[in-house]
Amino acid sequence: MAERVFMKGTEAIAEAAVRAGCRFFAGYPITPQNEIPEYMARRLPEVGGSFVQGESEVASVNMLYGAASTGIRAMSSSSSCGISLYSEGVSYCASARIPMVYVNVQRGGPGIGAIQPAQQDYLQATKASGNGGFRMIVLAPDSVQECVDMVYEAYDLAERDQNPVLVLTDGVMGTMMEPVVLPPMKTDEELAACRAKFADRAIVGHPLGQQAYCRPGSVGDGQEKVNIEAAAMYETWDKDIRVEEYMMDDAEIVFAAYGISARISRAVIRQLRAEGIKAGMIRPITLSPFPYDSFRNLDFDRVKGIIDVEMSIPAQMRWDVDYAVQGRCPVHEVLRSGGQLLTNDQVLKGAKEFIKEVL
Amino acid sequence: MAEEKKVYTRTKGIIEGAVSGFCPGCMHSTIHKIIGEAAEELGQLDNLVRVEGVGCCGLGQFYVTCDETIAAHGRAGAVATGIKRSSPNSLVYTYQGDGDLAAIGLAETLSAANRGENFTVIFVNNGIYGMTGGQMAPTTLVGMKSTTTPGGRDPQEHGYPMHMSEIINQLTAPYYIERVSCDTPQNVIKARNAIKKAFKYQLEGKGYSIVEIVTSCPTNWGLDPLKSLDFLREKMFAEYPLGVFRDGGEKKQ
Amino acid sequence: MERNLMIAGFGGQGVMTMGKLLAEATSQATDLNVTFFPSYGAAMRGGTANCYVVISDEPIGAPVSYSLEDLVVMNGPSLHKFINNLKPGGNLFVNSTIVTDPIDRDDINIIEAPVTQMAIDINNPRALNVIMLGVYVGATDAVPEEVIVKGINHKFEKKPKLIEPNVEAFKMGLEIGRAQKK
Repeated sequence: MAERVFMKGTEAIAEAAVRAGCRFFAGYPITPQNEIPEYMARRLPEVGGSFVQGESEVASVNMLYGAASTGIRAMSSSSSCGISLYSEGVSYCASARIPMVYVNVQRGGPGIGAIQPAQQDYLQATKASGNGGFRMIVLAPDSVQECVDMVYEAYDLAERDQNPVLVLTDGVMGTMMEPVVLPPMKTDEELAACRAKFADRAIVGHPLGQQAYCRPGSVGDGQEKVNIEAAAMYETWDKDIRVEEYMMDDAEIVFAAYGISARISRAVIRQLRAEGIKAGMIRPITLSPFPYDSFRNLDFDRVKGIIDVEMSIPAQMRWDVDYAVQGRCPVHEVLRSGGQLLTNDQVLKGAKEFIKEVL
Repeated sequence: MAEEKKVYTRTKGIIEGAVSGFCPGCMHSTIHKIIGEAAEELGQLDNLVRVEGVGCCGLGQFYVTCDETIAAHGRAGAVATGIKRSSPNSLVYTYQGDGDLAAIGLAETLSAANRGENFTVIFVNNGIYGMTGGQMAPTTLVGMKSTTTPGGRDPQEHGYPMHMSEIINQLTAPYYIERVSCDTPQNVIKARNAIKKAFKYQLEGKGYSIVEIVTSCPTNWGLDPLKSLDFLREKMFAEYPLGVFRDGGEKKQ
Repeated sequence: MERNLMIAGFGGQGVMTMGKLLAEATSQATDLNVTFFPSYGAAMRGGTANCYVVISDEPIGAPVSYSLEDLVVMNGPSLHKFINNLKPGGNLFVNSTIVTDPIDRDDINIIEAPVTQMAIDINNPRALNVIMLGVYVGATDAVPEEVIVKGINHKFEKKPKLIEPNVEAFKMGLEIGRAQKK
C-alpha cells in the first residue's frame, strides 16, 4: 500500500496530473488555485514537461487547446472569474473534439466576487461552459483524495470521448491539507501508448495525403454532422453516472449536496442519526451526467423532504434536483455563498428547522 | 522537335487541383504558394503544422496539405505555443491577418514574441478586415474609408495605424523580423526567401520569427486589382516600409 | 470523537506552522482523520493569521468550525475576535506575554503560558509556536506526545541541528500544559 502523505488540495491535484502523464501546463495567477501553476512550474521540468505562465486565462486555455491537439496529456486550472475566460477555449475543444482536462477551484462570485471558497459555478460548469450547447463530464470531488483520483482518471475519460473534462472543486478543498495516497507515476511507455492511439489525429506533421486537422467549426452543412455525432456520444454517458447514496436505505430526510457541502452533510447525517432521525444523502459525483434517477426513483411515501445544501445563493444544483423530484416532496435549502463557509453546525441547524416542519 | 523541359511545378504544399477561395487580385493565394515552396525546399512538408487565424486566412484550410488547426480569433500565438512546446520537432507557423494579430490577438502576439517562442508568424497586413466586410483594422491608414470609418480613419477618434513589426522589434527575444510584399515577382521571391529563412531559423531552434507581408485587398478597398497595387505601393509602403528589422537576434537600428 | 482547534495570532508568530506541524504529524503517525485549513485574506503580510485543525476518528465534514473545542490565541485581537467561537467547556490557550486583557467568560478552561517570553528566554524567539503546541498537547492529550516529537524530527530532517532545540521547546510547553490540565 502506498504511503499516506499530507498534502494541500491544489498541490495534490498538480501532482496527480503529473502522475497521470500531464506534460504541459498553462495557467494564469488567480486565488485560490495559485499553488497548481506554482507546483507545475517546479515539477514539470523534472519530468521533461513544459510550463507556461499565460498572459491571461484566454491565452492559457488556448495554449491548452494547442498542446492537447498534439496528443499530449496537458492541463490548466483557474478559479471562477478566470474560468469564465476559459469559455472560448473549452468550446473550441468540444467542437474540435480535443481531450482537454481542466480544474476549477471555485471562489465567490459573480464578478470578481470573493477570493474565499464557494460553489457558485455549478450551472456554468454543467450547462453552459461556453457557446454552442456542448456537454462535458464534470467530476466533483469531496476530499483531497478524490481530487487526486479524479484528476488522474479525467485523462482516460477525456481521451475516450475526445472531449473536455472538468474537475469542479472549490477553495476549501484547494487550500486545505488532508492525508492522501497518491497514484503511481505512469511510465513513459504507458504515455507513449496513450499518445500513439491518437497519432493519426495529432497536429504534429504528417506525410502528404495523411493530413491531420483539428477544426473547431465547419463550413456549409458540416457543423450539424459534428453536433449530431457529439450528441450521440453524450447519449452514451448513462454508464458514466456516478453517485454516492449515503445511508439511504431507510432515509426519510434526504440531503442533496456535492463537493464540500456533501462532506459536511455526511457529518451532519451522522449527528442526526445519533438523535434517531433517519437522514441520508444523494451525492452526485458526476455533476454532468447528473444522477437524475437517484432522485426520480426515491420512495416518496417514505421520503418526507429533501435538503439541498450548497455554498451558493441562489441555489444552483437545486435546478437539477427539482427537475427529477417534480414537486413530489418539499425541497428545503441550506445555503451560504460569497466566500462564507458552511460549517457542520450551520447545516445541522438549517436541517433541524426543516425536519421540525416535515417529520 | 525540341525537348520539353519542365520549368515549374506546383508545390505539393497545396492540394492538387484545388482552387483557392480568395478574391481575384488577393495575394493570399500567392502567399500560400510560397509557404508551400519554402517548406518543400526545406524538406519539411510532412513536418509542417499550420495554425490559422480567423478571417480570410481561414479560407486556406481547404487549400493546404499540411497538418492544421484553427485558433480562436486572435489566439494563434497561444495555440502555437501549446503545439510547439508539446511537439518541439514540428515546424509550426501561424497564419494571421491584421485584425487577428494586431487587434483581438495583441496580447497573445506580443507575449509569444516576448517569450521568444520557437515558431514562425506569417502576418498578412492589408489594412482592413476582409472576411467580415471591410471594417477598420488597427493597421488601417489615416483617412482610409472602411465600413466602420465611413468618413475615413480619423486619428482624433480612431488613433493611428499600428506598426506591428516595429512594435515587436522593441522586444528583446525575437530572432528575426522582416516586412515584405508580394506585389512584383521580385518581391514574391524576397517574401519566399524570408519565409524560408524564418523556417530555417525555427528548425535550428533560434526562436521567434515574424514575416509581415503587406498586401492589398481589392474587394474591400473598392479598387480593381491593378489600382490596388498602385495604392499599395504609394500609400501602404509609405506607412509600412519594407525591409529587415532584425536578423539573427541582434536588434537592428 | 472530533476535536476542532483554531489557532490565531499575528503573521510571523508561526500560527500556520503550528497548525501544520500538529496536523501533518498526526497524519503521519496515526490512522486518524485530520484536516488543516488556513484562513487567508487578500493581503500577503501583516494583519491576523489563523488556521483550523480538525482531528477525528470519523470522516471529517467541514474543516472549519465556529463551535470549537480548542482555541489558541497568540495576540489580543484574536482573543476578542474568536473567543465566542469557543464551546462552553472548551479550552482557551492564551499567550500571556502578549494577551493581558481580562477574559470575560467563566464557562471555559483557560490555560495560560507566556510563550513569547519563554522563547526569548531560551534564545529561540521563533519557537513560541512549538512551545504553545506543547502546552496544547500537554493540556488536551489531543495526540500522544511522541507523535509531535516524530513530526519535529520529520520537519527538520534537512536541518538536524534544529531538532533538539525544538523538541526541548515542545517539552517545556508540555509541562506547562500538563500542570494546568483540568
